Amino acid sequence: MISSNSAALTPLILLFMAISIPLVALKKKQIAFFMVMIATSISVIISFYNIFRVLKVGTIHYHFGGWIPPIGIEYVLDPLSSFICLVINVIALLVLIHSKKIVEMESKIKSVPYYALVLLMLCGFNGIILTGDLFNLYVFLEICSLSMYGLISVGEKQAPVSAFRYLIIGAVGSSFYLLGVGFLYMTTGSLNMIDVRSIVPHLYNEPTIIVAISLMVIGFGIKMAVFPFHGWLPDAYTYAPTTSSALIAPTGTKIGAYAMIRILFFVFGVNYISKTLHITDVLAWLSAIGIVYGSIMAISQKEMKRMLAYSSVSQIGYIGLGIGLCNPMGLIGAVLHVMNHAIMKACLFLVAGNYRVKLGHSNIFKLSDNIRKKMPWTTAAFTVGALSMVGIPPTVGFFSKWYLVLGTIKNSSWVFLAVLLISSLLNAIYFFRVLEKVYLKPIRSTNLEELNIPENNKRDEVSSSALIPVLILAIAIIVLGLLNTIIVKGIIDKMIPAGM
Amino acid sequence: MERKKDNPIVSLVSRTVSPFIMLFALYVIFHGHYSPGGGFQGGTMLAAAFILIRLSLGMEISQLQFKSRWATPLGSAGVLIYFGTGLVALLFGGNFLDYGFIPFSKVVAENRSIGILCIEIGVAIAVMAIIVSIYDDLLEGSSDD
Amino acid sequence: MIDFFLGYYGYWFAILLMCLGLYGAIMKKNLIKKLIGIAIFQTSIIIFFVASSSKWGATVPIFDEKIGVANTAKYINPLPHTLMLTAIVVGVATMGVAFALVISIFQKYKTLDESVLLKRMKKDNDI
Repeated sequence: MISSNSAALTPLILLFMAISIPLVALKKKQIAFFMVMIATSISVIISFYNIFRVLKVGTIHYHFGGWIPPIGIEYVLDPLSSFICLVINVIALLVLIHSKKIVEMESKIKSVPYYALVLLMLCGFNGIILTGDLFNLYVFLEICSLSMYGLISVGEKQAPVSAFRYLIIGAVGSSFYLLGVGFLYMTTGSLNMIDVRSIVPHLYNEPTIIVAISLMVIGFGIKMAVFPFHGWLPDAYTYAPTTSSALIAPTGTKIGAYAMIRILFFVFGVNYISKTLHITDVLAWLSAIGIVYGSIMAISQKEMKRMLAYSSVSQIGYIGLGIGLCNPMGLIGAVLHVMNHAIMKACLFLVAGNYRVKLGHSNIFKLSDNIRKKMPWTTAAFTVGALSMVGIPPTVGFFSKWYLVLGTIKNSSWVFLAVLLISSLLNAIYFFRVLEKVYLKPIRSTNLEELNIPENNKRDEVSSSALIPVLILAIAIIVLGLLNTIIVKGIIDKMIPAGM
Repeated sequence: MERKKDNPIVSLVSRTVSPFIMLFALYVIFHGHYSPGGGFQGGTMLAAAFILIRLSLGMEISQLQFKSRWATPLGSAGVLIYFGTGLVALLFGGNFLDYGFIPFSKVVAENRSIGILCIEIGVAIAVMAIIVSIYDDLLEGSSDD
Repeated sequence: MIDFFLGYYGYWFAILLMCLGLYGAIMKKNLIKKLIGIAIFQTSIIIFFVASSSKWGATVPIFDEKIGVANTAKYINPLPHTLMLTAIVVGVATMGVAFALVISIFQKYKTLDESVLLKRMKKDNDI
């Protein structure tokens, strides 16, 4: 029974646990965290099982309610969806192990509704990744978006205003996608992705199809935060609580990128969107501008979380550029960067969270000089993450940029190559600034005797439940970098759509 | 403008009309699959019946009809009824939400009808609880006048 | 030319509502008016879908003995109506979350006007 239903089990188990938490945790509030751990662990195990099954058997289809598509809704497990499902579930598990300490510490967060919203958001993510029906994607998109608005709004300072801005922009984005689905249904008469794929080639000159593609690209562009639509992202990531930013930043925008890949390459066809319509060219140019803009804005930030948020805008630009290049190397780079950026950003946001737990703030210029002695492991993890963001081998960050560079060389787009190289340099500037402050400044003190008192330099590291996920992510950055050929040849090579 | 404390006409009419609204809402829920209606529509009308009492008689008296702290657990219970129907279908061999496999009777069409009715009831309970809960949360801090 | 405007009047109405909704969401300064703009925008998409499902000379998709089951061309398409039920529920949920956020903003900053809100936010952030 598990093997025949395994395609749909991940969102269903997360949904079941999400709606049981308010009922079960009425009396004892500590049981909510325990249920979250059970739900995410089971999802990770099922995601691993799914990915091995897909590699052995091929694409798996699951029909809900027994109705055959195109009449019914189906879930599709192919290499792309099972890979991204695995990445998102594993990152969520590691961040939620870290979250126990944070949620206990912050007074504004009530743990029972917070964990229920977290599980609902993860259910929404899994649903978007696995579904093969266009309208079902809209429903799960709204589920995860509403949960994200709620998770961001319990932060500090201007968190409700940032969540409100994100709500207005996000509601417009989802509605644009729904309008695109409406146009597509009016001309093709079907809502199933594979069915539309077979009908669209007969309709290539209709203006309705062009409007449908434009609206869907704008809708997912807003969710993915490509350059002109990124306005909600810095405020939302900065003022959200630590667990929320560490959960949403690695995964939320990747869902938009996955949906963009699915709609552009698998529903409409590669030749149509790149040679007839040139939408991928527009996407590539906007992403290139976004890469440079994000890096420049990140250099001028004082607070670590805001710097990481602008850095996210820049990294999403890499993924957009990989999609926009529209050749196999570019797509491999984009999908590999989805995994790499998720691991790197989760590690960095958790490090910022650890600094907040111990020091009360994460302002770069106020970090005390002896933090390398007080929190050595955390700062080491930050160093590994920073080196990976710059792109130094053998960390993972280097390999995804390498594939993107190969993609730009194959297309002979030298402007994009220059953008990639310059942005690595800009990344180096703002990350090495933090490393210089932490590692290279000698410990100064007005009183010479204070330097020799051991208590001032004693280790004051965070507790192990907050430290172990950070270390696992940092080790994964190096290990997955060394193993990246296995990942690329094993699964990502199978994701290249027909016609590329 | 202060509301007068006792409004005999409003109080009497709303107390009389509210059960009939609930009855009509039940009619709409049960006739969902062959006339206009269904779970969401009936659930909204049930919520309207409760909100009518909250508006006309005040929050304290209306707690006797539907306590505010039942709202979130009742919403979860409604979604669990929906999920439970699908799970029963899963456990008895079919795909999720394949109502033909629910072990109610031997005729497959009757099983499908029962399955749809169960999920409509689940949806109605969930929608009613959540709409009443939204109303209660919007009025949480303000005084009852 | 007249046919282009009068034949598709449902769609023209939906487009007008979309423009009004987006104008309200972007240009108005009060937060509640922005939310009303978003609600109008979502409603206009619902009207667009429902208008796309209607046919000339066809009746409501409920079983009618005089027409029977066989000739389905005499009934209008019920699928966009069911999709729009889900979209209405999504709209209600979005408005619920939005109003909760507006109450939270009001309790913290004591204003609902965007220009005053920006000034108070800047003062609060600089402390």
